[in-house]
Amino acid sequence: MKLDPKTKKFAAAAFLLLLWQAAAMLLNQKLLLASPADVIQRLFSIWREPAFFASVLFSFVRICAGFLLGFTVGVILAVISGKYSAVKILLQPVMATIKSVPVASFIILALIWLNSSQLSVFISFLMVLPVIYNNVLSGIQSIDPKMLQMADVFRIPWGKRFLFIWLPTIKPQLTAACSTALGLAWKSGIAAEVIGIPSRSIGEMLYSAKVYLNTVDLFTWTVIIVVISVLFEKFFMMLLRLFYRKLETL
Amino acid sequence: MKDIIISKLNKAYEGTAVLKDFSTRISGNGITCIMGPSGCGKTTLMNILLGLEKADSGEISGLPDRVSAVFQEDRLCEDFSASANIRMACSRSLPDEEIQKWLDHLEIPEILHKKTSELSGGMKRRVAIARAMLAEGDMIFMDEPFKGLDDETRKAVIREVKACGKPLLIITHDPEDAELLGANIIYFNT
Repeated sequence: MKLDPKTKKFAAAAFLLLLWQAAAMLLNQKLLLASPADVIQRLFSIWREPAFFASVLFSFVRICAGFLLGFTVGVILAVISGKYSAVKILLQPVMATIKSVPVASFIILALIWLNSSQLSVFISFLMVLPVIYNNVLSGIQSIDPKMLQMADVFRIPWGKRFLFIWLPTIKPQLTAACSTALGLAWKSGIAAEVIGIPSRSIGEMLYSAKVYLNTVDLFTWTVIIVVISVLFEKFFMMLLRLFYRKLETL
Repeated sequence: MKDIIISKLNKAYEGTAVLKDFSTRISGNGITCIMGPSGCGKTTLMNILLGLEKADSGEISGLPDRVSAVFQEDRLCEDFSASANIRMACSRSLPDEEIQKWLDHLEIPEILHKKTSELSGGMKRRVAIARAMLAEGDMIFMDEPFKGLDDETRKAVIREVKACGKPLLIITHDPEDAELLGANIIYFNT
């Protein structure tokens, strides 16, 4: 039987849910593993709690700000590095350090420098930056030198080169980097909130669930985080696709 | 415009000489064809004249301040339309009508807003030619500009290229092209 991709995805998700439900029923201890049914039930009540929307908004705004900051700075630095190899050499150890240092070390260090409410912005930014930078830079380095020669001969100004030669070439790398970085921004941003515990954040809710051994809430908030993160990723990727479609009509 | 004078030009790649004491004079007015067998260094010479490669030794004088070119490959931005590709190379603003006029002349009237990746090889070649004709430049350098065009189209394109009024330096291996262009011929044999 041939299934279309959407049906296959749905079937895989249903299989996972069934597996989860079966494991929860087998274990029969809510404290260790909440069942999907418990989580769905809790989802219907959790949004009515007074702090729900404030917590979601708090974390959403900060993590998205961190992502957008990392995206912008990453693209700008990659473009400068692509143009000036000295900058690329200088930034190499910086990006390698950010990539290899554990996120928990950065979170604890940042807690000394920053207010805990700004922590998730900084940590998301830091995790997104090297992903965007390295991918965009590798895209820039794959630009056909013959196209750059053409631009030199016709004396095409830098802005036009960026729009017509650079941006289309880096499209695959930029798209892949955004998809990876968006997931990272949410994971690291929430981790930062769990450690920094800024009040009225999703991180604080997760921390409370852990302290009070409320596994159902822990699972419910995790599902909420995944849903928001996937929705934001879909929205951002759609904006990126629209941008490229608009660019190609220039 | 002054003639381009090339004296004792040398260029080698990994010890293999491509240009060896090459000297010639290219007319600054009219059409000059450089002819010669494949691999004799014609494209290398054009790249040196365009400033894309450096000669090992020798002198070149009289090069125009600004040139446009048709390269051996089309070198078009495939994601963009023909009009965007042409506009990109021009510093002045070009109305659609002016571009369309040239596309009509080159017998590709229907492609102004078509994505370049959707065009055939011959159409792309003519977009590259239109780009070189419309871009600012005191002289146009062309490397095998008519390759990939069928006989009839080639003749029509040659007529338009000849009529453009700018000095041209054209690399070709086809004596008929040179004849149709009424060009001065420099036979290249290093």
